[in-house]
Amino acid sequence: METSITTRLGDGSRAEMTPAEIRADIEAGMALGVKRARVEPLTDEEVDRLVEIFTAPGRFASVDPGHEVILSSDGTVSLPRPAAAEQLLVYQDAFGSDSLELGSTDYSYKAVKTIASEEAQAMKMAQLELVAPAQYGAMPDLGRYSMPDGPFPNWSELLPQGRVEEARAAQEEAIEASVEDICYVADELWAAGTDGMDFDTAAAAGDGDFLATLRATETLRERYPTIGIQLGMASEMVLGMHGELEYGGKRLAGMWPAAQLQAVEEAGATVFGPAINVNTTKSVAWNVARTIAILKPVVAAAGIPVHPNVGMGVCGVPMSGFPPHDALGRVSKALVEVLGADGL
Amino acid sequence: MHAAHAIAAGMGGMRTAGDLVARTQMTLGMRLAEGKAYVADKLGVSTLDLVDPIVMREVRREKGLGLIPVEQGSFPDEPGAIEAKFNISRLLDLPINSVERFKARAGMG
Repeated sequence: METSITTRLGDGSRAEMTPAEIRADIEAGMALGVKRARVEPLTDEEVDRLVEIFTAPGRFASVDPGHEVILSSDGTVSLPRPAAAEQLLVYQDAFGSDSLELGSTDYSYKAVKTIASEEAQAMKMAQLELVAPAQYGAMPDLGRYSMPDGPFPNWSELLPQGRVEEARAAQEEAIEASVEDICYVADELWAAGTDGMDFDTAAAAGDGDFLATLRATETLRERYPTIGIQLGMASEMVLGMHGELEYGGKRLAGMWPAAQLQAVEEAGATVFGPAINVNTTKSVAWNVARTIAILKPVVAAAGIPVHPNVGMGVCGVPMSGFPPHDALGRVSKALVEVLGADGL
Repeated sequence: MHAAHAIAAGMGGMRTAGDLVARTQMTLGMRLAEGKAYVADKLGVSTLDLVDPIVMREVRREKGLGLIPVEQGSFPDEPGAIEAKFNISRLLDLPINSVERFKARAGMG
């Protein structure tokens, strides 16, 4: 009789599985990733390695010496904060963070624009005290530009009514406003000394959101040749809320990570952060195998570092505000040693 | 969550050379292996040394690349914060925005 192993599901809950069941989950997760993203399956050796990682008995897993990667993060300091520099120093000195990020509680460029001068001052003071690189992060968050939160008609209301052209026009106006706001905030932060900008959860509102992020990236790369730009995605496939938007002659709607990478590189970002959705009813091993299958061609083709998003509910990390460490360590180890990620 | 990933897979930040390799990714867009080799070459150490806090403490102290004061005393007479970034920028031959702005605003550039 096979030993039962305590592992986790995508919602973080405990699950008892045998090694054979874990292997079957890894093969099934991989197969679904192959089918959905039209990519090649993992090799037998890679599957075996995943089985080894997810059946290892220890509470925590970590990469082998020499395989360490760079950690970037969104929202390192986006909690209510009286002293941003001091909080970033905690991440630098106590947590040993490779890079740092300043962000607002309202983690959206549209919202940040109204307090950009305060954020810039916080960045300036932080840069005087920090040694590790510190970027500024927020979400492009195109949805904020639609009524009632923003000035443009709400395309999510127009589309179900069949008013497609009006919905598209509203998104096109929102894109222009979003690019302007992102660049405004970036101008302020660059003047304050930031090492870079993080565009987090790009394409959360679909292809228009992604296009705004790419255009802002392109503008900032031209304006500031040495600025760091991390472009992280919201999910695995770009939703076609507009449907006809293109970048570099390629349609954004329906893009999977391999095509996203090409657009991100063309725009001029220096770090790409793909995000693969998590199925909360499947095991972490299933989700990680699916993630790695989809991202393997991305890492193989990349000319810039790839940092898969490993926040809650993406790339295998359980969908929980407090994801269990036994799952996190295995996700990290698998994404680094099997996928070959440049960072997380 | 951040701490778990850092322990599982992170380079260690200023405890080692994680912040230095991070700059090669963020500013120069280098892949991980290329960035590690670049920093190791500039520091005159091996890539394995880059994640060894015992080795890197000495290297960072010798080259003025900044030390974590909480664990190691305050080192008031050694480079820290923006001062260390001047040395990092020069040693790694990469621009650091805050250093360039400091120079310009202090009339040094």
